[in-house]
Amino acid sequence: MTYRTIELEILRYQPETDTEPRFQEYCVPCEEDWVVLDAVNYVKDHLDSTLSYRWSCHMAVCGSCGMMIDGEPKLACKTFVRDLPARKIRIEPLANFPIERDLVVGMDDFMEKLQRVKPYIIRDQQRPLADGEYLQTPAQLAKFKQYTLCINCCCCYAACPEYALRSEFIGPAALALAHRYNQDSRDHGAREREDIVASDEGIWDCSFADACSQVCPKHVDPAGAIQQMKVGATVSWYQERLGLRKKTGAENK
Amino acid sequence: MDVIETDIAIIGAGGAGLRAAIAVAESDPQLKVALISKVYPMRSHTVAAEGGAAGVIKQNDSLGFHFHDTVSGGDWLCDQDAVELFVNQAPLELTQLEHWGCPWSREPDGHVAVRSFGGMKIERTWFAADKSGFHILHTLFQTSLQYPSISRFDEYYSTDLVVEDGRCQGLVAMEMRTGLLRMFRAKAVIIATGGAGWMFPFTTNGAIKTADGMAMAYRAGVPLKDMEFVQYHPTGLPGTGILLTEGCRGEGGILVNKDGYRYLQDYELGPPDPWPRKKAMELGPRDRLSQAFWHEQQKGRTVSTRWGEVVHLDLRHLGEAKINERLPMIRDLATSYVGADPVHELVPVRPVVHYMMGGIHTDIDAATPVPGLYAAGECACVSINGANRLGSNSLTELLVFGGRAGRHAAQYAREARPSVDGSLLLKRAETARKRVTDLFLREDQGKRIALLRKALNDAMEDGAGIYRSEESLKKSCDELAELRRCYGRVHLEDKSNVFNTHLIYTLEVGSMLEAAHAIAHSALQRKESRGSHQRLDFANRDDERYLKHSLAYYNADGDPRIDYLDVTITKSPPGKRVYGGDV
Repeated sequence: MTYRTIELEILRYQPETDTEPRFQEYCVPCEEDWVVLDAVNYVKDHLDSTLSYRWSCHMAVCGSCGMMIDGEPKLACKTFVRDLPARKIRIEPLANFPIERDLVVGMDDFMEKLQRVKPYIIRDQQRPLADGEYLQTPAQLAKFKQYTLCINCCCCYAACPEYALRSEFIGPAALALAHRYNQDSRDHGAREREDIVASDEGIWDCSFADACSQVCPKHVDPAGAIQQMKVGATVSWYQERLGLRKKTGAENK
Repeated sequence: MDVIETDIAIIGAGGAGLRAAIAVAESDPQLKVALISKVYPMRSHTVAAEGGAAGVIKQNDSLGFHFHDTVSGGDWLCDQDAVELFVNQAPLELTQLEHWGCPWSREPDGHVAVRSFGGMKIERTWFAADKSGFHILHTLFQTSLQYPSISRFDEYYSTDLVVEDGRCQGLVAMEMRTGLLRMFRAKAVIIATGGAGWMFPFTTNGAIKTADGMAMAYRAGVPLKDMEFVQYHPTGLPGTGILLTEGCRGEGGILVNKDGYRYLQDYELGPPDPWPRKKAMELGPRDRLSQAFWHEQQKGRTVSTRWGEVVHLDLRHLGEAKINERLPMIRDLATSYVGADPVHELVPVRPVVHYMMGGIHTDIDAATPVPGLYAAGECACVSINGANRLGSNSLTELLVFGGRAGRHAAQYAREARPSVDGSLLLKRAETARKRVTDLFLREDQGKRIALLRKALNDAMEDGAGIYRSEESLKKSCDELAELRRCYGRVHLEDKSNVFNTHLIYTLEVGSMLEAAHAIAHSALQRKESRGSHQRLDFANRDDERYLKHSLAYYNADGDPRIDYLDVTITKSPPGKRVYGGDV
């Protein structure tokens, strides 16, 4: 049931034998409803078992298969071959990340940044489990829900012009996650996170190019989160100067 | 060989592994935890669970109802002491996740909302829209980042347990980025590697679900329990097998055949009320619904599509607002992958392999028969799921039993005798290393690994699917025996060290072959029909002979030995499973 035959031009790099990355081409007979990942899997199973890449869920939720597809950071499992007009599709590892092998990039930097923004509930006082859940209205949930949807695929880092220039920048996904917790009515950690979020490597590095939000496959809008944080940080800067600043970050939720 | 010293090693960083790691860290911050996973934690397949997690919280519900729904849903093969503990702990674990920040969907007054699920008498499934597993996983992962005693070893593929002196004292794992094999020396090991759906051709499972932990324990002499019970989820997208949550039906979705007829009323699930009646019709249990599809297909009442036979899931009457609020991902998935927007169109669905009820034999404390070795989550079999798991019990299970595994492993590690001479452990680890390095030495003579996996898929689908028989299962067993022989000759087409996914794939196929072998033989020996195990040649449940757990013991050179273990029955004597209007 071949729908059409395409050429995949895949960036290959095997550090044990290659001195530098190179492109390799494969001819793949595609079916009508194939995504790019299906074509890459076809290569692995039928043409070249040495191709390395990450994938698992095939439903755009595990975040493994972010890669550059015709120059754009995308999830290979959610990018349909039928939507790519050219007969030849170029596939490269995510931009702005070091290549480990083929389409596999190093994630250490991102993982370290994720941890640095303290992405967990910080409370002044814990509520005993026996007292049940914290109440949170749908409106309170709606304030941060969008920012919980990040799958850590790192497409936003591959698109970010600031991260490309300065790898110290904490970057879109990690900052959006900090915002997610800051906006959660159960959390008191905004002040603690501010040291990182509003540092030289944090929100002020963002030039609001909006590239992250444009490529985000889950519509998280990290650029919007960062702009909201800029406003918040500015307000708290003035509050501090005017002696109005409160002890916790739990206000205004 | 490099040795990494730790107190507790956890294999797998999905829901159960993360919950176990946090439990260790909270019970004793002095204990070092090595959290070892072949993928980054947030890639683990817990991420793909959609519908929610069951736990009694509302005034109209009771622990007794949850207990009875679970036991009857499991066709009385559940251990009732374990189920009782499970339903008691469930609300606490779910509340704990709420305290850790899980964005559960809410009622207008701010309380956690619950939805209806299949086989459940009362709505008690906590949910975060239709991404419950995703949110549970990310909440656990993010929460785990605050504990300094947890060291992560991301993208380490575990190959073998190190068992010496009759107890588990560590494991061997490969750092995928270098290909280096290392020994983790630990006082206790917890396996939390998830299921094995990838041995079937059509599954909701991600490609990482390859029975690694089950096979590791099995080869180390731990029996695999109740492996014949494989759950088909009734509503997967044809072609890809992508899951469409039972929450679709919990919210009021209906299933119709090619005539637009709600066919479930013909299978003791009626009456077809226009509203969702609990434990009836579309809210029946998964085994019954998947079996009903099979019968519809036999009668020629399914719909032929280019992806094969399907029925239709109709959500249109829910309206766009409700679908967007409660089932946004379902809308996106159906629209993207089969071109059917559920707001306006019927969505094609069919049964798809989803979950292993069986797994590593553990007791109620998540302990296996090998001292120092624990298991939790889908890879384990306690058993609370019996012959058929109810939807939304598994997310809760990985919290309850992941937590227990962590606490009990911590206690064991504190009390464990000092380990034996390290050189004996290293000798074990060297044997494990040789199993991997030997693959590099083989000449090009065997079958290609991708073809071997295809043959494994076919053997399972043809012989051990929704309906089975002596003939089909014997054929599967024979084919699997032949594939195991082939596997002994398989060679590597990629002999590099750095991120060699072909090597990992080869090892994964080896794991799946062993677990599949246990499934086929356990199924062949169980000459009755119970829950998800349906035999065309033994159509009835046979409590006299088979109200027992099966235990499959590994045999390197031949068929597994199948033994049986009594089911623990405390307060619910085996009865008839009743669904539909008669409940």
